[in-house]
Amino acid sequence: MQRYIFRRFVQSVLALLAISMLIFGMSRLTGDPVMLMLPDDASREDIAQVRHALGLDQSLPVQYWVFISKAVQGDFGRSIKGQMPVLDMLKDRLPNSLKLAAVALCIAVLLAFPLGVVAAVKKGTAIDTLANIVAVLGQSLPQFWVGIVLIQVFAVHLRWLPVAGVGSVWHYVLPAFTLGWFVVAGMMRLLRSSMLDILGSEFVKLARIKGVPEKTVIWKHALRNALIPVLTFGAIYLAILVTGAILVETVFAWPGIGQLIYQGIVFRDFPVVQAVVLLTAGMVIAVNLLVDILYAYVDPRIRYG
Amino acid sequence: MATGELVSEKPLVRPVRWRLAALRRVPVVPLTIITLMVLTAVLANVLTPYSPVDISLPERLRPPFWEHGGSLAHPLGTDPMGRDLLTRMIYGARISLLVGLLGLCIGGGVGAALGLIAGYAGGRVDAFLMRATDTALSFPIILFAILLVVILGGSLITVVLAVALVLWARFARVIRGEALSIKARDFVAQARIAGSSPMRIIVVHLFPNVLNTLVVLLSLQVGWVIIVEASLSFLGAGVPPPTPTWGSMIAEGRDYIASAWWVSFFPGLAILVTVLAFNLFGDWLRDALDPTLRQL
Repeated sequence: MQRYIFRRFVQSVLALLAISMLIFGMSRLTGDPVMLMLPDDASREDIAQVRHALGLDQSLPVQYWVFISKAVQGDFGRSIKGQMPVLDMLKDRLPNSLKLAAVALCIAVLLAFPLGVVAAVKKGTAIDTLANIVAVLGQSLPQFWVGIVLIQVFAVHLRWLPVAGVGSVWHYVLPAFTLGWFVVAGMMRLLRSSMLDILGSEFVKLARIKGVPEKTVIWKHALRNALIPVLTFGAIYLAILVTGAILVETVFAWPGIGQLIYQGIVFRDFPVVQAVVLLTAGMVIAVNLLVDILYAYVDPRIRYG
Repeated sequence: MATGELVSEKPLVRPVRWRLAALRRVPVVPLTIITLMVLTAVLANVLTPYSPVDISLPERLRPPFWEHGGSLAHPLGTDPMGRDLLTRMIYGARISLLVGLLGLCIGGGVGAALGLIAGYAGGRVDAFLMRATDTALSFPIILFAILLVVILGGSLITVVLAVALVLWARFARVIRGEALSIKARDFVAQARIAGSSPMRIIVVHLFPNVLNTLVVLLSLQVGWVIIVEASLSFLGAGVPPPTPTWGSMIAEGRDYIASAWWVSFFPGLAILVTVLAFNLFGDWLRDALDPTLRQL
């Protein structure tokens, strides 16, 4: 177990290093990142001065080392637009994003689990068809548009919910639902197919023969085992959630890091975009590592595999 | 009497069932939509009398024709700059389909090539490539697409590259699996004994055998690529204005949600219909060509 954790940990660090190199390499794609940081009408002396201040007159490996050691210490540079350290902006916004994502994930699980299980048990019925429609629509609807249409219906016309922003509990409803909806589609489809596999297996038959109540067979014996493939896809749900958060936070003016990256794009604020990408990369890799360790804890086959 | 009724009912039921089954076999509606979309994109300048970029402020924010104040001159109304919404949607189809096509070619090509190499080479090459693929798959890689566009500036080429960047891993993983199973077959061993180079085996022997899978994968990803392009455009990281794209049109309508719902509604509807059509077509193609891919 310890060896496994150690190996996964080293792999994660390597992945993070590779990603940081990728980000660093991309920032040098244009040749000179100063061009990204200064206004177009900057004078030649300004450029030279900034180049020296940023250490851009040194070799690439040295530059990378400076970049990565600063990032580790939480120094992501200063925002061009906001004129403040990027770290401070991240600190303000990260909790908002995490709260929204957590609520969205809860909604997704609460919708996907019952729907996926019932669709598998009642295969071929109206509920199964409904689940199928949810899955197809989940793949075909552009997330940001769903958010806008929901605002139009529930906030502008019916006036039941606030249009955007943060404040009360009600502010969570629309963005969290929009964000969660896209996890629902994939999660439900996967749960349905793995439930179908499990329901046809020998131990479920045995449980039924033993006279275990059908409810217990489905919700305890079968669901527990059907959850394993869903857990393996944890990383992919996280990726969907992060991608979705950028769009949903933008639509609902939610002051999180997703909206921050949007503002970074609009103002071509390179340090901000770079910092959000690096931070998100770190978080995603950390969560993946955590899930893998939990997973190995639950399933001994992986520990010794 | 009861039996007579049963017998007489049979021929009535059967043709209906047969027709439904036939409909299921060839997805007529999605295919029609896809054909219409492609034609619309190609013939954009013939189909509409308006320019997609010329601003006409007196005409701004006209509603669709069925609402009060609308007219058939602008069937779906106009946007905040007074440009005809339908015209911009028609031209927007060009960007969506073009980015989709080019992005798929590059992303799919690179992904398939890496998958073939990984599957054939095995060992360390395989381990390394698959580690990279897994990392890319479990990662919100759209972030890198955004970073790329911010660095290089928005243009058609940048967006295509960004889309390819998001896409390649999905191809690499599946094609590698296929390559692994084909590699174990006798004709590959014979080719190797006959002295074919690895390059030749990959191109001549492996590639034609993964072609089916590749086509299915491509068709399944079209819809997704269109959504990725629209998402990038919506965030301002797409093909820059004034070129109309569906994503940026939705973004333009965001400030007018309360007063002019149509500005962002119709482009989104266009995305939904197109993506749905491609997804249903892809599902059908998968079942028809390669049912083993059902879990995709």
